[in-house]
Amino acid sequence: MAKATLTLETAAAMPGAACATAEIHLALRGVSHTYPARAAQGPVPALGSLDLEFRRGEFLGVVGPSGCGKSTLLEIIAGLVTPTSGTIEMEGRDITGTVADEIGVVFQEDATFAWLNVWDNVAFGLCRAGTDGAEIARRVDEALAFMGLTGFRGAYPAQLSGGMRQRVCIARTLVLRPRLILLDEPFGALDQQTRLLMGEELLRLWRETGATVMLITHALDEAALLSDRVAVMSARPGRLIDIVTTGWPRERDSTLVADPTFGALTGRLWALLREESKKALGVS
Amino acid sequence: MTRVRALQLVLVGGAVVVLELLCRAGIIDRFTMIPPSEMLLALAHVVGTEPWFWPDVSYTLGNLGAAIALSVAGGFLIGLLVHALPRLRRVLDPIFTSYYAVPTFVLYPLLIVFFGIGPASLIVLGALFGIVAMIVATVTAIDRVPRVLLKVARVSRLGPVRTALLMKLPAASPHLMTGLRLAVAYSVIGVIAGEFILSTEGVGRRVALAYNNFDNQTMYALLVLILGFAIVVNAVLGSLEQALHRRWYRS
Repeated sequence: MAKATLTLETAAAMPGAACATAEIHLALRGVSHTYPARAAQGPVPALGSLDLEFRRGEFLGVVGPSGCGKSTLLEIIAGLVTPTSGTIEMEGRDITGTVADEIGVVFQEDATFAWLNVWDNVAFGLCRAGTDGAEIARRVDEALAFMGLTGFRGAYPAQLSGGMRQRVCIARTLVLRPRLILLDEPFGALDQQTRLLMGEELLRLWRETGATVMLITHALDEAALLSDRVAVMSARPGRLIDIVTTGWPRERDSTLVADPTFGALTGRLWALLREESKKALGVS
Repeated sequence: MTRVRALQLVLVGGAVVVLELLCRAGIIDRFTMIPPSEMLLALAHVVGTEPWFWPDVSYTLGNLGAAIALSVAGGFLIGLLVHALPRLRRVLDPIFTSYYAVPTFVLYPLLIVFFGIGPASLIVLGALFGIVAMIVATVTAIDRVPRVLLKVARVSRLGPVRTALLMKLPAASPHLMTGLRLAVAYSVIGVIAGEFILSTEGVGRRVALAYNNFDNQTMYALLVLILGFAIVVNAVLGSLEQALHRRWYRS
């Protein structure tokens, strides 16, 4: 079946939209976060001081042991959490602690609105933004076609599979044309085959929109397959251990899993993470 | 129709038939209760001939509508507030838990002092009866709204009011329906019983008058009317609740 293509004016208008450039899109400088003390627990340092730069149009994977602060990192960039220290700059503008228009977020959990059908789910953000009706219809139809959901426009989330619901969430983010897309383990609840196929769709989305993508994942193979670069984090409080460049061409798909380099990349990520994961689990 | 529903109907229908036979056989004397079939005839007679019927029904329905609106809307808003303020919630939780242990009708003299004898007192009484059920249901329902939806609301830059109306209210609605059903039921009790005790108009007042005048025909006719109304309202709300659950959680 021929896939729909997506016209993304914002991306097309940007220099370097076709591929990652050396231009810095987002920069985290000295970012750390400590959760305040609660009744039975003292302050919890979640994220160590962290410097990280996103190049415009790149696909950056983030891996780390459980509880290392990956999701906290995403929430800080999304503006849902204000870091204890440090700043976040996007396109040269300080966005620390604010929800930026240009950022779209896809969460791990099912975030579809059960009370709305697929079309209305995807249109939600545009309706709230007061976009013109005809423009909403055009962009929603385009996003649904891109995600292969046109035939399900009138269906309610409860009638869809987990993978389809996640596609609805991606379409809902996509329709707002974000220049930076943050994904928090979006395929965490899916089976391996579906993950691989959804990964391919994500790569296609990334290529055609020209957006910068950050993918938080606990799956090393997923990070190795999808990313241009993989940021590897330490056990809590999460710090950056290393950044691994995969060297994949922009045109790629899940058949790369058969490439010997893929195994070597995954092995390298595991080598970096093994000791940290043991620390996180409390085993020697 | 499910087997359980059929059994329920058989049980209720059987009880009515038994009551009819007991009344007809004189085991229950007419001074105590008239046969159910006569209750229905009496209701038809009251509806068709009594000039006070429609004005009193309108009066009661008006009071009920206002009491239900106040208890449901007020309960939802207060529930939102209580949910947003954990300290307030900790303070109020024990009060909510023991609220229905307090006979609210003892407040009626106070309500008369504040609002006089008339619709206002009845509406406030009905609302007071129903509002806490709605508050508790709202707090519980919002507890069950997936946290990720609240994150989506923040990412979508919805303010507190739009988050409440566009996210919390619809996401919590299947659970809110439980509170709505209780609030409606309690408000009906509050308004009808309030009219019964002290009112110059309304269906409750007519029941009290008929009781005092030994007018069993009118009294039972109105009791059937109130019972039927409560059953129909509850059935409609129950169906709505089930429909919401089916749409939200069907897999």
